[in-house]
Amino acid sequence: MARLNPEIDHLLRRAGFGVSAAEVDTYRDMSFPQAVAHLVDYEGSPDDVDERIGRPDHARVIPSKATPTRDLFSPDIDIDDARQRWMFRMLHTRRPLQEKMTLFWHNHFATGYSKLATDSGMLQGAKLLVHKPGILRGPAGQVETLRRQALGNFRNMLLDMAKDAAMLIWLDGQSNTKAKPQENFGREIMELFTVGVGHYTEPDVYAAARVFTGWNLQPSADYTNDDYGSMNAYQEFVWRPDQHDTGAKTFSFPIYSDGGRTIPPRPESDGLQDGIDLINALVMHPETARRFARKWWNFFISEIQPPDPAFVEATANVYLQNRSEIRPVIRFILTSPWFTDPANRFARFAWPVEYVTRAIKEVGWQNLDLNTVRSPMAAMGQLLYEPPNVAGWHLGVDWFSTGTMLARANFAATVAAGQKDFLAASLAPEVNSADGLLATMLDRVTPAPFDQAPQQALMTYLLADGPWRGTESELNTRASGLARLLVGCSEYQLI
Amino acid sequence: MSVSRRIFIRDGVATVTLGLAAPSFLSAIANAQGLPNRRLVVIYLGGGNDSLNTLVGYRDAAYYSRRPSIAVPAGQVLQVGTDASGMTMGLHPRLTGLLNIYNEGRLALVQRTGYPNSSRSHFEASDIWGTANPQSSTGSGWLGRYLDTLPRPLDALAAWNTTGETPRALLSGQSGVPAIPNASTYTFGSPNRGQAALQERAAAQTMAANSAPGRPHLAYLNGASRGAIETLDRVALAGQYTPTVVYPNNGFASALRTIAGAIVRGIGSRVYWATTGGYDTHADQGGGGGGAYANLMGTLGDGLGAFYSDIRNQGLAADTTIIVFSEFSRRISENGSAGTDHGAAGVMMVLGGSVRGGLYGTAPQLSPGHPTLENNSGDVRYETDFRSVYARVLDNWLGVNSVSILNGDFRAGAPAVF
Repeated sequence: MARLNPEIDHLLRRAGFGVSAAEVDTYRDMSFPQAVAHLVDYEGSPDDVDERIGRPDHARVIPSKATPTRDLFSPDIDIDDARQRWMFRMLHTRRPLQEKMTLFWHNHFATGYSKLATDSGMLQGAKLLVHKPGILRGPAGQVETLRRQALGNFRNMLLDMAKDAAMLIWLDGQSNTKAKPQENFGREIMELFTVGVGHYTEPDVYAAARVFTGWNLQPSADYTNDDYGSMNAYQEFVWRPDQHDTGAKTFSFPIYSDGGRTIPPRPESDGLQDGIDLINALVMHPETARRFARKWWNFFISEIQPPDPAFVEATANVYLQNRSEIRPVIRFILTSPWFTDPANRFARFAWPVEYVTRAIKEVGWQNLDLNTVRSPMAAMGQLLYEPPNVAGWHLGVDWFSTGTMLARANFAATVAAGQKDFLAASLAPEVNSADGLLATMLDRVTPAPFDQAPQQALMTYLLADGPWRGTESELNTRASGLARLLVGCSEYQLI
Repeated sequence: MSVSRRIFIRDGVATVTLGLAAPSFLSAIANAQGLPNRRLVVIYLGGGNDSLNTLVGYRDAAYYSRRPSIAVPAGQVLQVGTDASGMTMGLHPRLTGLLNIYNEGRLALVQRTGYPNSSRSHFEASDIWGTANPQSSTGSGWLGRYLDTLPRPLDALAAWNTTGETPRALLSGQSGVPAIPNASTYTFGSPNRGQAALQERAAAQTMAANSAPGRPHLAYLNGASRGAIETLDRVALAGQYTPTVVYPNNGFASALRTIAGAIVRGIGSRVYWATTGGYDTHADQGGGGGGAYANLMGTLGDGLGAFYSDIRNQGLAADTTIIVFSEFSRRISENGSAGTDHGAAGVMMVLGGSVRGGLYGTAPQLSPGHPTLENNSGDVRYETDFRSVYARVLDNWLGVNSVSILNGDFRAGAPAVF
């Protein structure tokens, strides 16, 4: 297998999770614009990844909490099974950008399972985040809602999040009432979900809390907050007009297109409109557009160079001109000169989930059980569905400390150990020297370019027991050891 | 130095440790540099600790009227006496582990610590406590700047962070801090055993030694890799520690046990960092007897109690100081969810075998309009600038000049805890 051209490799690292041997053929004959279109207009590719769970030639999932009475893989109601399903999707999807953007939104609306499970029990806590409608009753889980509109309209997404059952528990909207307004969601919708610190005031927080009074939660009749209640029970958004503060709410920024800053007093029956007015204003606030532009600079272009002001203005304009539609913005970014500038290749620090997925794609997943990647990922600092707080994970260099770096390198050892025999068997026909082994491996495993000293260290390792002999055991040892060094090194942490 | 080689097999992956035989060798590095053998343990209560329920003014009628469902009943508090303003105070009933230390005169409770115009954003506020600059939540941290004053070459374990992410307080331009949540899993993995595994380790070390000219981001990652590989053996030594007490079974206590192991094994770290989270109690925080906040207090008090006993049993308490802080306290009145929203000034704790314990500063009085309050009496007004506590720790404990590290003189009004 030869690599794709460097521009498409770059695209697939950033807009996807790298390329496996099995996927190379999909992209080999595409031009760069065709590859962008393939990723961005992903409705043209089958959404069949969940159907392929359990098929041969795919990574395996196992019921993480098998008991004598319950041994089904249950990704709609068990959080560890759901973690496996998401890893499976990222590994095997035909729509990598949809998964990539879902990951982006999960970090943006960072909601943690533990608090949900404390509130609602383990089963309902998981269902709130990951339920994919189809088999069980109840609304979609939060991350399924994000996946469905991963490149949709941010206005609709934010409205969905304001009504999302997991969010109502996570930021305490379930108890936001006119007698005791709850500030948590009111603050974070401005600080974290839209305009950001510096563009709202403390009185805005009080006003936003009052706007969302009555945006509460109601359980289905069969709901209990036991750890193992009814699978079909659920919680959902309810609008309680009698709990809504009907008074006027004044903000420090315009709410209406005429510049008006005050949401007028309304009768209870119309009170839901308050929240819609505020969401509309926040979504189209120029600082929201700029904040996304900066976040997407870091996500797609570079974490090494600060956001180029020209990029921020151009991207913010595309967002505003398209009335908060995300797809045209991402298409603009991926085809922009900033994205294709070769200086920006390998200029982003891989999140643990990106690192792990790419490592598995490039080294292999034979006999791999996806339940085993959870604990190494936690040691690297990223457990899916468990962001450290509502601001999401600390990205960029903050992923890296001695401890998390060691966790990454040791995951490389685990992957290499698991694929040891398969690697050797697949390399044997092609490799008859140490140079050949390094070159062939670098065709599959793709760290940022090496300087001379680390490249030399790899050759020294391959020849540490003397000249290449070409025995089976030598290839077995050195191929897996080399995979461990390549995937575990600093150069591989960059995408 | 004698070296012993052990190879462990875990999950089919060989892990290689080169064990250093003589523990005394390790702190010799620090001693050779002429540093005092003192250490600071920093505990961050993540989420904004509700100080009014940590240290309760249980004779203040307004405390009960403003917190009808979450107040700690007067009969349950652990009494700690009367402060300079005549307020009678008590600790949360689940802080029995801290009460013992208080009664030994080794726990200082510094009331109403904070700064002007306190940030109510978790992220900005915790960064401000890190930078020690209310005007800027970016840049280096106060402990990072302290580490920068230590002699070079800096020992790779000059500080030890037990959390996965480096907190702002430990950030610096010149001194990387390793993150080691668990000493016993801090090992070098390999798909091979024996000689090949050792060869891999050597190759990884050489690769990480590349200074990566022109690619500072890569150099940064290599620094993390190098720090890991170079500290593996000493960390493994700390991981072999058997405590003198039973620690509770939770992440916070496990971090404290790791720190105790590092201290007892003479690793020589000057600063340790641990975090316990869950303090963002917007809803159902509970009162004295049970509920979320009582569990938080149990985790804190039992963990610190075990840690303090352990290091005291080892004869090391007099060289150890622990400070406890949170990014802000919470609003005085409870909200509609039987919880509390983001507030302002709160309690800092300083404890250790050389600490002068007691109640410092004055408690807030919660009747609306009282001068100890702010924000229309919604929040507690700060009395002691948190930087003056830092100043005291830097000047009188770590033995460095606080003025240069804090970029200002905050010695005035500092609580005389040492």
